[in-house]
Amino acid sequence: MTDSAVVGRTGPRARAAAFLHRHARTRLALLLSAPLAWLGLAYLGALAALFVTAFWSADTFTGDLVKTFTWANFHDLVTGEVYRTIALRSLGVAVAVTLVDLVVAFPMAFAMAKLASPRAQRWLVILVLTPLWASYLVKAYAWRVMLSSGGLLGWGYGLGATVATLSYLWLPYMILPIYAGLERLPNSLLDAAGDLGARGWRTFRTVVWPLSFPAVVAGSIFTFSLSLGDYITVKIVGGKSQLIGNVVYDNIGAANNLPFAAAVATVPVVIMLVYLAAVRRTGALENL
Amino acid sequence: MNLSRTARAALWTALVLGLGVVYVPLGVVVLNSFNSDRTFGWPPPGFTLQWWGAAWRSTGVRDALWTSVQAGLGATAIALVLGTMAAFAVQRYRFFGRDTVSLLIVLPIALPGIVTGIALSNTFHSVLGVPLGLFTVIVGHATFCVVTVYNNVLARLRRTGLNMEEASADLGADTFTTFRLVTFPMMRSALLAGGLLAFALSFDEIIVTTFTAGAGVRTLPIWIFENLFRPNQAPVVNVVAAALVIVSVVPIYLAQRLSGGDPQTR
Repeated sequence: MTDSAVVGRTGPRARAAAFLHRHARTRLALLLSAPLAWLGLAYLGALAALFVTAFWSADTFTGDLVKTFTWANFHDLVTGEVYRTIALRSLGVAVAVTLVDLVVAFPMAFAMAKLASPRAQRWLVILVLTPLWASYLVKAYAWRVMLSSGGLLGWGYGLGATVATLSYLWLPYMILPIYAGLERLPNSLLDAAGDLGARGWRTFRTVVWPLSFPAVVAGSIFTFSLSLGDYITVKIVGGKSQLIGNVVYDNIGAANNLPFAAAVATVPVVIMLVYLAAVRRTGALENL
Repeated sequence: MNLSRTARAALWTALVLGLGVVYVPLGVVVLNSFNSDRTFGWPPPGFTLQWWGAAWRSTGVRDALWTSVQAGLGATAIALVLGTMAAFAVQRYRFFGRDTVSLLIVLPIALPGIVTGIALSNTFHSVLGVPLGLFTVIVGHATFCVVTVYNNVLARLRRTGLNMEEASADLGADTFTTFRLVTFPMMRSALLAGGLLAFALSFDEIIVTTFTAGAGVRTLPIWIFENLFRPNQAPVVNVVAAALVIVSVVPIYLAQRLSGGDPQTR
């Protein structure tokens, strides 16, 4: 340590260090440069370019982009009854998956955070995380086997099967933020509520739920967004049902109509942006 | 805590049942990887190791695995750099648009994968003219992996405060020396935990990959998807899935040990 400090005091490195030490704004600018270039310029730029494409059209014969401004894609999207149905259905599926996951995950996370011993906690977290590494596709396929008419559950395919499978897939994403939120919640608060006469349900309603709400919202961002854009699970267990993701996918692949796909893709983006804007004040984004 | 015995029992039951439901399909996958019946007849008529042998010898699996590892490592490396920089900026400084920066980092994972996928592929393809390949997959994955590193480093910075670094500066260390000898060692386990999560996220990703991978690039999930509905490949796919489940315990255990629970709240 002494070595580098002494050597550093004379060279250009020392001057750079001293300069950085004195200029906090320069330090900040350097720290922000790369992340902002990547996410602010490249990523947002890509999203913007996609949005611009939504106002173009594709030549019906060649599939080439026709770069003249048109509202036609959005017009089709808004007036087409089938798209409205699909958009509402996708929204419904995303909401249903989020609610199912919330109801299943909250008691699990609570037991993990507040009832299990610290040693057991570590193992429980591992148990919850492990399924995330098992391939998403294989899990969906395992559900397909279970849901098939001769399978373990035998419910058949459709929207219900899609909701069940998606809830299964994204459950860990709901458990982990809630667990982390509940773990941060001091036990003394729960004891205080009890000392002041609150029973279990009342403690939950007035102490646990409000304080863990940001964590719940953080989890819901994952379950909601992951469900909203999914087109693979619905292909595996959804039978003939279609979600927004399928419309986007089919318009890129089979129909080769990127402008219309881009227009359809703005629907989940707008829904997510509204959702993020609504939950930003809860502090959920810091709980992800 | 003042929970009634019934409430405790109910919560434990929910936890055990929930984990049971989570693990039954995985257990079936692992068991079926030894099922001697090619079509996974239930109950298994016998057990065999031949599918594991077939998967081991499959060059498709091996190539896909290698591609996935490369993509994961590349994306993780970029995410580590960008996520750490952003976390330091947001946690250590007050500036205009600070909330926007954190929103920007969350955005790629908050928007549906298909949107990120087609936006990036459109930009590579028609705006920049970059041919799709492994490089574009890495760029796509890094974009949504930044958030895991960012969150881990942010949490660590919040917990450690500035005292150590100020002490180091008072003792004569310059900015770089302090970073190397004080700040970085404090960050190390958070970086590892965030990096492991980023790698996991990249390793299982299929939607962004579908749109950003060129024709010849096949990550493991893409390989699985291509072979999922081919009856004669089903046992091998199943072995790959089972192997992933079994092997995954190691990095998760490490990440969990390193990030450690927060002891203060107990």
